Amino acid sequence: MAKLLAARFVRLLATLFAVTLVSFFMVVLLPGDPAVAILGQDGVQNPELLQQVQDELGLNDPLPVRYGRWLGSAVQGDLGDSYTNRGQSVADTIRDRVPVTAQLAAMAILIAVILAVPMGVIGAYKQGRWPDKATSASAQVALSVPNFITGIFFIWLFAVKLNLLPASNWNRMSNGLGANLKTAIMPATALALTQMAIFSRLVRSDMIATLQENYILAARAKGMSDRFILFRHALRPSSLSLMTIVGINFGALLGGTVVIETLFAIPGLGFRLINAISQRDIQVIQGITVFIAVVYVVINTIVDLLYIAIDPRIRRK
Amino acid sequence: MTTTGPGDSKVEFPRDRLSPISTEADVSMNLSAVGEKPRRQSFFKIFGSMPLMVKISAVWLIFIVGLALYAKLDTSVFNGALPLQDPDFQTNNFDVRTGDFGTGERLEKPSGEHWLGTDAIARDTFARIAHGGWVSLIVALVAASFGLIVGGFLGALVGYVRGWTETVVMWAIDVILAFPALVLLLAMVSIFRVRSLFIISLVIGVLSIPAYTRVARANSLAISNREFVTAARAIGTSRTKILFREIIPNVMPTLISYAMVAAAFVVVVEGTLSFLGLSVQLPQSTWGNMINQARSDIKLDVWQVIYPSLALTFSVLSLNQVGDFFQKRRSVRDSAI
Repeated sequence: MAKLLAARFVRLLATLFAVTLVSFFMVVLLPGDPAVAILGQDGVQNPELLQQVQDELGLNDPLPVRYGRWLGSAVQGDLGDSYTNRGQSVADTIRDRVPVTAQLAAMAILIAVILAVPMGVIGAYKQGRWPDKATSASAQVALSVPNFITGIFFIWLFAVKLNLLPASNWNRMSNGLGANLKTAIMPATALALTQMAIFSRLVRSDMIATLQENYILAARAKGMSDRFILFRHALRPSSLSLMTIVGINFGALLGGTVVIETLFAIPGLGFRLINAISQRDIQVIQGITVFIAVVYVVINTIVDLLYIAIDPRIRRK
Repeated sequence: MTTTGPGDSKVEFPRDRLSPISTEADVSMNLSAVGEKPRRQSFFKIFGSMPLMVKISAVWLIFIVGLALYAKLDTSVFNGALPLQDPDFQTNNFDVRTGDFGTGERLEKPSGEHWLGTDAIARDTFARIAHGGWVSLIVALVAASFGLIVGGFLGALVGYVRGWTETVVMWAIDVILAFPALVLLLAMVSIFRVRSLFIISLVIGVLSIPAYTRVARANSLAISNREFVTAARAIGTSRTKILFREIIPNVMPTLISYAMVAAAFVVVVEGTLSFLGLSVQLPQSTWGNMINQARSDIKLDVWQVIYPSLALTFSVLSLNQVGDFFQKRRSVRDSAI
């Protein structure tokens, strides 16, 4: 067990190192001189000033030195300052925006699970008959509609036609939960539908396997109702892989909300990333990319470990 | 965008109980058909064996590919002489040929002249959808080629030779897959100042490699243990020859049926990029940028959003349906051996 944990930890560190390396060098490849970006016209006219800023930023040092310096401050939580919004620290930006994106992702996962579990259970219980076909078909469709199309459709229906919800913008939790949910429900549901499709397929196939176990037959022989067997006996052992994918997809959603945040003008991480890309704000692109990737990798590792903790069969292998 | 697409087969579920239904995770576990030469079936025979929905999907795919090719042929070979409107021509603009302002209007309803009406600046929507199909087609084809050739080769290679090559390659693949797909794609796309169709296909193509490598490796691992590989080694066939004559030909069929489902994912990704304005640059129409442009007029005319959305959704759904069909067909054949 200790050996397994140690191996996981080493692998985690190696992956994290590689992820920072990739993020750093990919962004360094961006054309354009950050010093010019900061100084604008002044930099072009005044080579001395340009040189001074370049030295200040350490842009003339060899790449490995720059990487080392960047990584050194990054592990201390300092991701540098934005080049285009002078004085705004990238770490502060991320700290400010993570709660928004995390809330969206969490709500999406929650909605998806609430919808997917009954769908999957019904599909497995009525395997091959029309309820199964209906739920499988809706999962297939939900999987095929890109979430920005779902989002636009929601905007058209609930904001333009029915005038129930605001078409865009975001109310922070501090403005009251009701106001917050009013702005969060559409984007979260648009994100949730794809997840729902993935989750319900998984629950269905796991459930079908569980329903063939002997203890289900025993429960049935005791005369227990089908509903009791399904939700009390079969659901829990069938939800292990669901739990795994919930964890992993939550991590992935932190980066996957980009389009929905842009569509609904939500001040989350993704929206900032898109802004930074259009402004070629290297520090911010780098900071957000590496932040999302690191969180994703760490969540994946935690999920792996939880899985081992929950299912003793894997531990024994 | 989907956060777990067909590429994310990295979730390793416990294999202690095999579900009787083929799930996406099972795809990588398929043993490939070997031993017998698969009989070549005619297109019509395969088409006839499809369930109704899959048939409709296949017809849609053929239609949309045909339309895209026709549109491209129109602009690049016939200089717009074929009966299809100019996708970039603003029909309400001053027309040099007639010396008069065009009679077109923005956001026209569908008519005999403009089958799907006109967009926010009075361009023909049908023609723009046809040309947008070309972008999706090229991106999907390039991604599939990269995946099949590079990913297929790498996966087949490391699954057969194992050892440190496998460790290094799979570690690199794991690192790439450690990034959420869209974030990595956005960061890579932002490197390029000019975003041509070539660049976009290239970036998406390169990012397609890891998923294909995983699928190919899993199949290659299984095939490498089969009797005919042992037999080939026993009669002294060289390792290179075994790789190219035994392993790769047997990995490819599974990988090709995976390619259709992967293409569905790629089409969504390209749609997402162009929706964000980060795919091929304007005025080239793509389904994603058409949706993005039309959404500002959603109060006036929702249909201009709906047409490209349907084109995109139907294509993705169809690719999924047809892809699933071929994957199931393969797994049935495999289990029969």
